[in-house]
Amino acid sequence: MIDVDEFATRARGWLAENLPPADPTRDTFFLHAATHPTDEEVLARAATCRELQRRLFDGGFAGICVPPEYGGQGLTPAHQAAFNREIRGYDYPAEIQASTFIPCMAVLLEFGTEEQKLRHIPRMLRGEEIWVQLLSEPGGGSDAAGAVTTATRDGENWVLNGSKVWTTSGWWGDWALCLARTNWDVEKHRGLTVFSVPMSAPGLEIRQVELVNGSKDFCQEFLTDVVVPDTDRIGDVDAGWGVMTRWLYHERTISGGSPYVTGGGNRPNAGPYDIGSLIEAARAFGTLDDSRTRALLGEAQTNVLVLRALVEAVTRKMAGGALPYHAAAMTRLFGGTSNARRAAIATELYGEAGVVWSPDEETAAQVGLGYLTRQAACIGGGTTEMARNVISERLLGMPREQRADTVAFRDVPRGPQAGGSGA
Amino acid sequence: MFTQTADQDLLEATTADYLRVTWTPARIRELSRLDSPFDPALWRRGVDLGWTALLVPADSGGGSVSGNGLADLLAVAYQFGRHAAPGPLIGTNVVAAALARWGTKEQHGGPLAELLDGAATAAWGYAPRTGPRSGNGLRAVSSDDGVALTGTVPLVETGTASGYLLLAAADAQGLRSHYLVPRDAPGVRTSPLRGIDLTRRYQSVTLQDATVSAAARVGEPGSADDHDELLLDLTAVLQAAEIVGTMERAFTTTLQWTHDRYSFGRPLGSYQEIKHRMADLRTQLEASAAVTAKAARHVGEGSPDARLWASTAKAYAGQVGPELIQDCVQLHGGIGVTFEHDLHIYLRRATVNAQLFGTPAAFTDRLVSLTETALGGGK
Repeated sequence: MIDVDEFATRARGWLAENLPPADPTRDTFFLHAATHPTDEEVLARAATCRELQRRLFDGGFAGICVPPEYGGQGLTPAHQAAFNREIRGYDYPAEIQASTFIPCMAVLLEFGTEEQKLRHIPRMLRGEEIWVQLLSEPGGGSDAAGAVTTATRDGENWVLNGSKVWTTSGWWGDWALCLARTNWDVEKHRGLTVFSVPMSAPGLEIRQVELVNGSKDFCQEFLTDVVVPDTDRIGDVDAGWGVMTRWLYHERTISGGSPYVTGGGNRPNAGPYDIGSLIEAARAFGTLDDSRTRALLGEAQTNVLVLRALVEAVTRKMAGGALPYHAAAMTRLFGGTSNARRAAIATELYGEAGVVWSPDEETAAQVGLGYLTRQAACIGGGTTEMARNVISERLLGMPREQRADTVAFRDVPRGPQAGGSGA
Repeated sequence: MFTQTADQDLLEATTADYLRVTWTPARIRELSRLDSPFDPALWRRGVDLGWTALLVPADSGGGSVSGNGLADLLAVAYQFGRHAAPGPLIGTNVVAAALARWGTKEQHGGPLAELLDGAATAAWGYAPRTGPRSGNGLRAVSSDDGVALTGTVPLVETGTASGYLLLAAADAQGLRSHYLVPRDAPGVRTSPLRGIDLTRRYQSVTLQDATVSAAARVGEPGSADDHDELLLDLTAVLQAAEIVGTMERAFTTTLQWTHDRYSFGRPLGSYQEIKHRMADLRTQLEASAAVTAKAARHVGEGSPDARLWASTAKAYAGQVGPELIQDCVQLHGGIGVTFEHDLHIYLRRATVNAQLFGTPAAFTDRLVSLTETALGGGK
């Protein structure tokens, strides 16, 4: 196996030749977006991501930790980490790292059949298949196991009915992992099954959801008699919760530490929250030498550096067995709360400029709108409350929450607004 | 929490065993009532475990167990925090590091050897430039007899009676240099201070024409400003490691309490409010340990980012450490503010470490200044 330093040297040379520099002023599509891209601009960027992913694949840098038989490089997390250091400053397919590679590819690697892996993973690595997650439902956010989207067996096929929501990039994704209920007569965790579903499937209607900052990248889907062949089932029938726990684990690694993510995840730059940008802003406002301003700047940077150290330490300890994999919830919690805090700090530093701006002050707009959507950092990818449950119950061994959903799922109270057929 | 090699594990285990039996919480309480709780014999036995050798290269009589002595020393400092152990661990190591780096051969053969075998301890007489203990700085006047030092040092930790002080003094040109001053040198007067740690004691030092030989200078003339910054990095990382030790002890004690204590017919730990707070505290503990370990790696290797990480470690652990323990007190209820309970022992140690040698706020400001400089156009 190629030595990590040698690999990094090769990557350095290849990147300089093959990837364009990152545009520091470009936003990611969602959450931070201040200037709302048109649908055409989003699709154009998606096409760029596919093309950049293809270049990574052709250069031998896609799927660095994925086995060669599925198109990967068969190397180690240390190689991926080295590559992620080298790729800083270059444009890369940031927007498709999550959800395509985590959690979707990671789940396929663990639970897919040989045939499924050979069919999809090389296409993911070549940028030909972008994957999304049909997971949350309108009737329940954190309670993933309470899914009421139902899959009914019909010969060699399954027929899916229900609704999913908070699908990042749902409207331009190609395939999805979908969690569905296959048995209403057992306890809720024991009646779930995971499927792979093409987003172009007949009966799958997609609607974009507008967020408070104007972003329209999250979607809601309505599934009406969507037919999925049994060969697209991921894992055993009614064994979906076992898949789900790993699905959620891989999703939590978005804060860092996944061996399947290229670059810094799906946030290519910190935009207005970059420490240099914050210092520049304070200098422009004439507040840089105020002790309160300096305390805020230092807190913002401390949060960033501590999160980085935490991700590294937890990843290392989990790999070495010193911490169970549930420890990833700590990085999710710290990442969420520190990002929310960062948005608050930027808002305080910007003051007036962060709430009223002239049309050319894009950074100020990012701060203002970023503040409005700040709690998304503590909601998306599993709420920080759920992370606290995982840490306290799984890591610390504290008593589990009392539950009212241990009877057959059909009989679980779901409230006056609950959807689902109960069929 | 910090160890990554079998040798580090062994160093930590022998230290933990020794501290556990030697300084039980009950013993710490007894020592708190004494004027001089420091016991030279007990210190020396601890030093035999390697406590003062790790920041000193092997050819100067020391030696690390992993190649990064500061990373090794984290395990010892962490256990000092976990046991709120007495003894000037940080000051002695920091002065030993200074002597090893910048000291003369004579200083290696004499004072450094005494620090390494436990016969003496040392303290670094650092005073911040502003604040209630900023001090007025020492002046150094050279003559044929040597160098006469005059001025006050607001605060040094106590140790062996015949130990050493590493003090910076400015000459007539304003150039600051470090001098190694025996505590019992003529012209050195100490005056005891009171404070919140039960077993670590501090004193102020007044020097009136305290004369040391010119050979007592440590480092080139005028090098103290630069050297202070490195000693500050070492001190910050070791303080952070002690703080992490106190946090771990308070957290573990409190987790057990949430299992054992029942209210309204349920264990305390079954309430989600309590669970979520424990999750937050556990995350802060891991984050404090992570940033401290990372800082030790960078400072120990002398990397370009060393100062950045050392500042971050002290800024973060110094801020959240005492707060975590206060939350542990809150979760205990009334028993948590009694002298009989152990929590305050760790709260005291964490708070002293957080505030001495630069507050978390001072290190936060240092971090911003470093970043300004790195980005260009810093002040």
